[in-house]
Amino acid sequence: MSSLTSYLLVSALIFSIGLAGALTRRSAILVLIGIELMLNAANLNFIAFWRYGPNPQALTGVMFAIFSIGIAAAEAAVGLGIVLAVYRHSKTTELDQMNSMKG
Amino acid sequence: MTATFLILAAITIAGTVAAMAMRNLVHCVLALTLGFAGLAALYLQLGAQFVGLTQVLVYVGAVAILAVFVIMMTQKPAQTTESIFSSFWLTGSLIAALVFAVLGWAIYSSRLTSAIVSPHVEAAVRPIGDALMHRFVLPLEIMGLLLTAALIGAVVVAIQEKRGSA
Repeated sequence: MSSLTSYLLVSALIFSIGLAGALTRRSAILVLIGIELMLNAANLNFIAFWRYGPNPQALTGVMFAIFSIGIAAAEAAVGLGIVLAVYRHSKTTELDQMNSMKG
Repeated sequence: MTATFLILAAITIAGTVAAMAMRNLVHCVLALTLGFAGLAALYLQLGAQFVGLTQVLVYVGAVAILAVFVIMMTQKPAQTTESIFSSFWLTGSLIAALVFAVLGWAIYSSRLTSAIVSPHVEAAVRPIGDALMHRFVLPLEIMGLLLTAALIGAVVVAIQEKRGSA
């Protein structure tokens, strides 16, 4: 098993764990965290393919990972802000109880 | 595949599994910081120092603290007997297991991964800065605009409305 394969397997495992968390947890905050984990797994793929790819001097994978981290930070801030706003409105962060869109 | 990689991968996966499976949300976020730190160490091991340190700054430093703040602002005192998983948890975990099976099959059957030679490469900070200022300057500006908009948008969404003034 080559190094790239093992990194890709770790990344696939982290992606699946994040997906399982996002699909099964009841807390909206944990669902957001699961989505962050999936983004991180994609970043690990970018870095691994950059490291073991044919042209590492171009730095494309590193750049993509940096921009992806920035996007993920913006997404986390807006997502947690929405969780706070929904909590003010319906007094819960459990997704099972958020069943109405109109107040 | 070295011992360092195995240890770091085990720490990362243990942290992420604990983050998705624990009952107390604050414990979840603490386990998540462990997972993010393990990922940062994996980036460092791959030779991407700048990305690894950015990961520590952004995820371990900012995103985890933000999540802890939101958890502390929204948590109710007593929630012990309820299940932490939603009612369709079986379908969700089945979908995740299927996704992992497909990804693992694709990785194992790919011809690409066995053919690549690996010279020692490192992404120093100076070439990254050069690339950000020349080739990637437009994405950098768009990223700055997006972060500003997200900052303002998060404040506007989360701000407390005063009674009667809104």
